[in-house]
Amino acid sequence: MNTLSYGRAALPDAELVRLFSQMTQVRHLDTSAIAWQRQGILPGYAPMRGQEAAQVGSVAALDMSRDFVFPTYREMGAALAAGVDMGEYMATHKATWNGGMYDARETRVTPIQTVIGGSALHAVGWAHGQRLDAAAAGADEPLDLPVALVYLGDGASSQGDIHEAMNFAGVFETPTVFFVQNNGWAISVPTERQVAGGSVAARGAGYGIASIHVDGNDVEAVVQATRAAVAHARSGAGPAVVEAMTYRRGPHSTSDDPGRYRSLAEERRDGGVDPMDALRDRLLEAGALTAEDVAAIQSEAEAFEERVRADVQAQGPRPGAEMFEYVYQEMPAPLREQAAAWREESDHV
Amino acid sequence: MSNAVATPPVDAGAGRTVPAERTGRTTLSMNQAINAALHDALAENPRTLVLGEDVGRLGGVFRVTDGLQAKFGADRVFDTPLAESGILGMSAGLAMAGYHPIPEVQFDGFTYPAINQLVTQIARMNFRTRGALPMPITLRMPSFGGIQSPELHSESLEWLFAHVAGLKVVSPSSPHQAYHLLRHAAQRPDPVVYMEPKSRYWQKGRVDFDEPGNLEGAHVARAGRHLTLVAWGAMVSRCLQAAEAAAEDGLDVEVLDLRWLSPIDADALAASISKTRRAVVVHEAPKTAGLGAEVSQLITERCFGTLKAPVERVTGFDVPFPSGSLENEYIPNIDRILYGIQRVLEYRRG
Repeated sequence: MNTLSYGRAALPDAELVRLFSQMTQVRHLDTSAIAWQRQGILPGYAPMRGQEAAQVGSVAALDMSRDFVFPTYREMGAALAAGVDMGEYMATHKATWNGGMYDARETRVTPIQTVIGGSALHAVGWAHGQRLDAAAAGADEPLDLPVALVYLGDGASSQGDIHEAMNFAGVFETPTVFFVQNNGWAISVPTERQVAGGSVAARGAGYGIASIHVDGNDVEAVVQATRAAVAHARSGAGPAVVEAMTYRRGPHSTSDDPGRYRSLAEERRDGGVDPMDALRDRLLEAGALTAEDVAAIQSEAEAFEERVRADVQAQGPRPGAEMFEYVYQEMPAPLREQAAAWREESDHV
Repeated sequence: MSNAVATPPVDAGAGRTVPAERTGRTTLSMNQAINAALHDALAENPRTLVLGEDVGRLGGVFRVTDGLQAKFGADRVFDTPLAESGILGMSAGLAMAGYHPIPEVQFDGFTYPAINQLVTQIARMNFRTRGALPMPITLRMPSFGGIQSPELHSESLEWLFAHVAGLKVVSPSSPHQAYHLLRHAAQRPDPVVYMEPKSRYWQKGRVDFDEPGNLEGAHVARAGRHLTLVAWGAMVSRCLQAAEAAAEDGLDVEVLDLRWLSPIDADALAASISKTRRAVVVHEAPKTAGLGAEVSQLITERCFGTLKAPVERVTGFDVPFPSGSLENEYIPNIDRILYGIQRVLEYRRG
């Protein structure tokens, strides 16, 4: 295994407090979104409880002024950390617009991806484009490339597109970071029935890709490991795989019933320490936070959730004309005719 | 040595300057015409890329990309690993980075492994992102049968592509059409599937660089008064031959080259059939749910009152595209087209 080493220099307390605040927002919003679904505000939601450290920590290693994030459908924490408006993000779960309402170009976060592994090749292509840009500009080695970071899970690692993406990334030496959140479960199927060999990171060796295995519940370690992977890719040295070992502490989705495939006792045993508790206790012990600070951060997260909920509840259906408008940049005549007929036959304009 | 580092072009800098515009007329085979169109697309737009299996040093298995890597360098014309999903997924990412990729799928049947990226990603990305990440991708593929190829090297997939919202589909029938339609497609901001009739690659024809003609919609390949044959790709020349044969019997047959299979030019169908009042659609794909059914319905919607007979279909059968020994049975031949014409002419109302 071509292991990429990474520095363990401690992050400043102020940075850890910032990450803890973000993670608290993410945890509370995630928990609330499940409640919203029960209350009928959202038709469905894909919880990410337990993956806050992996998602917030990985984005903290990026430069969002030039890097690009390629999420799946379980990256609310990453999207929040990347600066995506959460009302616009939740629009996909509100069934307002598939992919979300946020501007993928402005935010540098591709739309919410429902095809497992579907984005990995895009991250390779986009990253290759950065190499071509640098070559056309006559950039000198070591390069200073914008980096594509694509999220995938243990389940996605079974998809053929992940193999093709890693192989293409290896062949073209693209500045792509494959960030694997190994959360133990692909809906109901555990990692041992999903990942032959037991490790996605270990597969990197077969593609000549540098790999890092990291505790995905330790936000500091995630930041350090992802920074090393990003620096590697940015310099032009090629792609990297970060496998963050974490645990999906909730159901796959709001229509899932984990009781059918794992017991509460197993969850307690396999889930280990909650990343939120670990970070909070550490910051309290270090004196970086007081109990009052923690309470204040929680209240801010609750106020934030209320604002997002109001945004989501205010979202009405999109104008029907949009389903015609966005299919093409240049709308073909037959579609224009269908749109005109729809307008004539319906009361919605 | 790093694969990622560019091999400098033979004549460095050639890729960044627009060559003197091609002018006048010349005679080219279709693969030469497509090669010229790719050359000019690369020269015109420095963000245009050509990628695929064996498109670089080899110049493509049909030599369609011959010489392009030497001219424009290995950064702009490059070989990929042998994986069609990878080629199309990478193209989607390159489009997100502001490039206009022209990927090649080496044979039409090899599109099947890439259907996921084509249908769930490339076709839907503009829609999903509300126009923020358009997919200006021109997907080329040698298409249709007629060369006695191995299995899945000959398919007729326009029925599939035309049904996918977000894709446009075009197929040229002559070197002139091939050059201009590819130049046109490569300037579009939407994904276009460009289906090259592989059996016609070596047929020569006049290419007029000054007069592209109308590049949208259908094209009247042969004007006639008595009946319209509707076709595309390699079937256009076969229909022209059938029309010549029919002319010996005093029949004046019009041949409408549909060219665009998505969107279909319903106005051109109406204009032709309201004149001839009879139509036969000819295609290589299986009959059931083929584009012949769509064409027939478009004609019926617009020309029901004037039609002398139901629209006839002469197509492939509902079987897998067979091996070469059966190709002449499967692909509509001139006799079957003439029988189709005869059925329409002999039709009598109840």
